[in-house]
Amino acid sequence: MKVLVAVKRVVDYKVQIRVKSDNSGVETQNVKMSVNPPDENAIEEAVKLKEQGLANEIISVSIGDDKSQDVLRTSMAMGIDRSILVKSQNSLEPLAVAKTLKIIIDKEKPDLVLMGKQAIDDDSNQTGQILSALLNWPQGCFISNLKIENNKVFISREIDEGIENLETSLPAVLTCDLRLNTPRFASLPNIMKAKKKPLETIDIDTLGIDTSSKIKTLKVIEPPKRKAGIMVNDVKELVQKLKYEAKVI
Amino acid sequence: MSVLVVAEHDNKNLKSSTLNTISAAKKLSEDIHLLILGNKIEDLAKSSKSIQLVKKVIICDHEKLENQIPEFSSPIITNLAENYTHILAPSSTFGKNLLPRVSAQLDVTQISDIIGIESQDTFIRPIYAGNAISYVQTDQKINLITVRPTSFEKCEEAGGDAAVENITFIDSEVKTTFVSREVSKSDRPELGNARVVVSGGRGLENSDNFKLLYDLADKLNAAVGASRAAVDSGYIGNEYQVGQTGKMVAPELYIAVGISGAIQHLAGMKESKVIVAINKDLEAPIFNIADYGLSSDLFQAIPEIIKELDLLNQIES
Repeated sequence: MKVLVAVKRVVDYKVQIRVKSDNSGVETQNVKMSVNPPDENAIEEAVKLKEQGLANEIISVSIGDDKSQDVLRTSMAMGIDRSILVKSQNSLEPLAVAKTLKIIIDKEKPDLVLMGKQAIDDDSNQTGQILSALLNWPQGCFISNLKIENNKVFISREIDEGIENLETSLPAVLTCDLRLNTPRFASLPNIMKAKKKPLETIDIDTLGIDTSSKIKTLKVIEPPKRKAGIMVNDVKELVQKLKYEAKVI
Repeated sequence: MSVLVVAEHDNKNLKSSTLNTISAAKKLSEDIHLLILGNKIEDLAKSSKSIQLVKKVIICDHEKLENQIPEFSSPIITNLAENYTHILAPSSTFGKNLLPRVSAQLDVTQISDIIGIESQDTFIRPIYAGNAISYVQTDQKINLITVRPTSFEKCEEAGGDAAVENITFIDSEVKTTFVSREVSKSDRPELGNARVVVSGGRGLENSDNFKLLYDLADKLNAAVGASRAAVDSGYIGNEYQVGQTGKMVAPELYIAVGISGAIQHLAGMKESKVIVAINKDLEAPIFNIADYGLSSDLFQAIPEIIKELDLLNQIES
């Protein structure tokens, strides 16, 4: 089995982001960037499948500028065999991302595609679902458990009501929840080894797809700030405040 | 100018997220159609036609639609799309799972998780876990939108008498089969639309201690929530998680107990009207957004709160 993992380079989850002063977007220059957290779970799952002998080749793909090489190197340090960077100067909407991934998938012919359930920058939560529809492959979203046996795929999905268990087959597109596994840290020797692993670069303009934005961002603003609250001294005061000041109990 | 709302339901009742989404649709058009895809949904169709804002209820009743497998339901929506300027679904796990497939089939970009509607073509949505708010505009032929339920009021369920139209099921070759659903049963209000939410974090230390929160929740007729840390540690199920990758809540009162207040958690609850934080760590970031902070050991504070609430009730009765 061959597994393809899609990864996105995003502002690190610990960074307190800043809205640009001209309200055109969020400041991404000179801030720490990392692998999108649930994409790390997708990488980890692919590496586990290889360790279990279920996958024989695991590859990662990212779309972005040259700097996105770093998240691909991270994926290879975690155990991915080789990577593909689709070079694009512009940030793509989920539909265009899925179309780009489809072209890579048509060429690479993986049996399984894994990615995070959402990117923590634009929080769209769409790409895996769109890709599954474009490929006409089964879709499994927000998975927290995966078992593959004789081409059969058993997944547990995290839904608002609890857990949903589905059975499907390969090839499939699965999007990963943070609870699917615990991503490993790349060891220093593995980081060194990853530098020698193959990283192929493809220019997005050579793929012949429409990557233009269908949605225009008019402005990006800071959310309204909450008024500073007060510290209460004890439980009695808290309950009194909730009852007679805030009137919520 | 007609708007289609895709209903979230359990084949018996509409989820309240559907009522919030209908309210959002009202900002776009008077001609709102409600699409219900499910199995044995005659009664559901009957009860839904009384929603005043809905002009037409469209139902597709088929056993293959029982479990909301998106591969079955998405082509039916896509097939209806040309009649509408906007197609809306709640941005619950139901809507998130389903609507992007329609985006692929119609070749239009979906706008996810809107919290406001500026005009027919301009929408407001949070990005970066709600730390920035984006105003986006589109001139696509069909606007595909998921709606954050807590940002719109629930619409009235009575007063209307909509027409009901049955449409035929379009079969698709789908390789996925439903196995089971593990749903926790609780008499407490639904987390997504409870008036009061009592949430616990890692400070609770184990699942047994969550019983303290259940007791407090029951006193306040509240739903119980949790931080990701508490869910990851196995104290409580994933369906209770509040935050960027969990549920969004905006109750009248949110009581955060033993929750430090990571950005990802705040994303899910900072729209609450009144926030109370109880944490022994005075440096916890949750205090920065709390209306009332109590720096105290939760294992002492929670039983005391329950006692105080009992006292209040005695005085009143």
